[in-house]
Amino acid sequence: MTSIQDYTAVTGEDVIDRLRQLARPLKGIKVVHVNSTYVGGGVAEILNKLVPLQRDLGLDVRWEVIRGEERFFQITKSFHNALQGIPAPLGDASFKVYEETGAQNSEGLRSILEEADIVFIHDPQPLPLLRLCPNRKGKWIWRCHIDLSHPYRPLWNYLRKFVMEYDASIFSLADFSQPLPHTQYLMPPSIDPLSEKNMDLTEEQVLGAKVEFGLDPERPIMLQVSRFDRFKDPLGVVKAYRLVKPFVPALQLVLAGGGATDDPEAEAVLAEVRSEAGTDKDIHVLQLPPDAHATINALQRGADIVLQKSLKEGFGLTVTEAMWKGKPVIGGDTGGIRLQVVNHHTGFLVKTPEGAALRTRYLLRHPDMAAVMGHKAKELVRQNFLLTRNLREYLSIMLARMFGDPERIELEGNAVRAVTGLKTFETCTVKSSVF
Amino acid sequence: MSTNANAEPFIVKDCALLNIAIGKKARNLKEMRDHLQNIPVGSIYNHFWGGLLRHRFDEPEYNNDFAEWVCYSLQDSILAERLSIIDPAAFADLELLRQELLEVIEQRLDETEMITWAALDMQFHFVDSQILVFDTGETIGAPARLVEAVSKMSEGSLFYHFIDARRRTPEMMDDFRLWLRPCGDRYDELCSQLASVDPYFVPLVELRTQLTNLFTQCFQGVSG
Repeated sequence: MTSIQDYTAVTGEDVIDRLRQLARPLKGIKVVHVNSTYVGGGVAEILNKLVPLQRDLGLDVRWEVIRGEERFFQITKSFHNALQGIPAPLGDASFKVYEETGAQNSEGLRSILEEADIVFIHDPQPLPLLRLCPNRKGKWIWRCHIDLSHPYRPLWNYLRKFVMEYDASIFSLADFSQPLPHTQYLMPPSIDPLSEKNMDLTEEQVLGAKVEFGLDPERPIMLQVSRFDRFKDPLGVVKAYRLVKPFVPALQLVLAGGGATDDPEAEAVLAEVRSEAGTDKDIHVLQLPPDAHATINALQRGADIVLQKSLKEGFGLTVTEAMWKGKPVIGGDTGGIRLQVVNHHTGFLVKTPEGAALRTRYLLRHPDMAAVMGHKAKELVRQNFLLTRNLREYLSIMLARMFGDPERIELEGNAVRAVTGLKTFETCTVKSSVF
Repeated sequence: MSTNANAEPFIVKDCALLNIAIGKKARNLKEMRDHLQNIPVGSIYNHFWGGLLRHRFDEPEYNNDFAEWVCYSLQDSILAERLSIIDPAAFADLELLRQELLEVIEQRLDETEMITWAALDMQFHFVDSQILVFDTGETIGAPARLVEAVSKMSEGSLFYHFIDARRRTPEMMDDFRLWLRPCGDRYDELCSQLASVDPYFVPLVELRTQLTNLFTQCFQGVSG
């Protein structure tokens, strides 16, 4: 089990000290996170890390999971897609299953949730729980991990009724926020530098992955790791590779993504990519299992060029992962990639396969510059996109809710001063009873 | 923050910002003007000053988020230049800063026949922030120690003591001058040099160098 102290080597002592300061006044408070699964998916991955670290900092944290029939999860999967803008045939029958499942779960969870000082509800699946806990004493916060920038309106109008009752919500980017009658915190996603996907590897491990997939370790590698999805533009990546190949004949391309068995569109895109690759033996299309974290880590570390040539992107954690490995990233000029790829500093923003090809040639011809940019990329991630920053924000939000959203929160020993304007309205040592 | 350099040490703080979406966005200049009339002043502060706490690799082309958006999303470099030259430090009150912004934008709207729209994914999102202040556990006992202490200060500490202080303190002054003030006229020249440092037009790393140089010149040969 990773402890908070283990992160000192990566972030420095100051960052961990600030986390301890934030946690001190929160010691012993009851916090509950609720989502829909313990395993699989980004939210479970985040909670698997965050919950033990919040406990390590002295908070009394529980992680609860709601249960449901297959039909419920089919419906919430449709919710997920619809909230990201894909229209879905959802009607009263679906909403009935959704609300009934919420009611069934509330029977077992009510006492825990009503006693909690802070409840974080992750994504739409457990949203109805709030109104099913009428004697709740704590603050309830909805953490939306989904790109809500252009939701399918009929569904959002239905879900918004539940969201509005929360004390606050958290979105990953400002672009995802919505008009709501409460505070909307912004918390960009992050990566865990100590996880299997991001931890340091030996040269032998990196070499091993190249050999495993038939790559020539002596020749340059261009890599994109992402689902086979049109918005990730894998065909554009193949086109960019072909534009570079005449200038760098030794170039190899790796397109690594998850399996496509349960996603008809992904299957179609994968087939198109394979067709486009044709008989080119230097194009490697890899279908990796969802737990191939170590393999992805090795491929990212072994690549000479990393692309994320998305046409539309929520945040793009694969960009963060590659940057953490000291790689400049050639990324599509869209969404959260813009927050990470600082043009000409941590990589290049491109709009076309031609742009991606041009920048690939540049980086291959200027390895010294690529190394400098890679160093900057890693530092940008260290300062902005590590799990410790996420942890700081969660703790800060808990404190902010306790003090009714002041403009400033000042920590000094065990005391917290919440200030609005220049007028201090409260000075005290916080205990959970303050709620 | 202690204010008596003779008796009380300078307590070094650190800070971070917690960003809050206020649910308002603009796709053209009229929408920006309309929202600017009503958004919390904290959001205006954030879009002028908050960028300094974001990691920067070089000096930005434009000095505030409004100017940058107008240039890159609306392709209006004339307005971008006019907005960029607005120095928030020159306004004692954020409401006055709001009025200046509105004035510049209104003037541009008067000059413009066609309204330019930003692309859907290039809208301007108004963001407010809460500031979190941490105790670093470090103190500075004697003014001459400022040389070493400031040279090692985090960007968060610099922001708190040199920028945030102007909004936080009734004197609207940075913490270093406030701390040196009780020493009488001994540090008048240093204080006037500190007053002339413009924190708005340089990244925090450059500000650290400028301040360290000033303290070094002043305290050369003085042991802490």
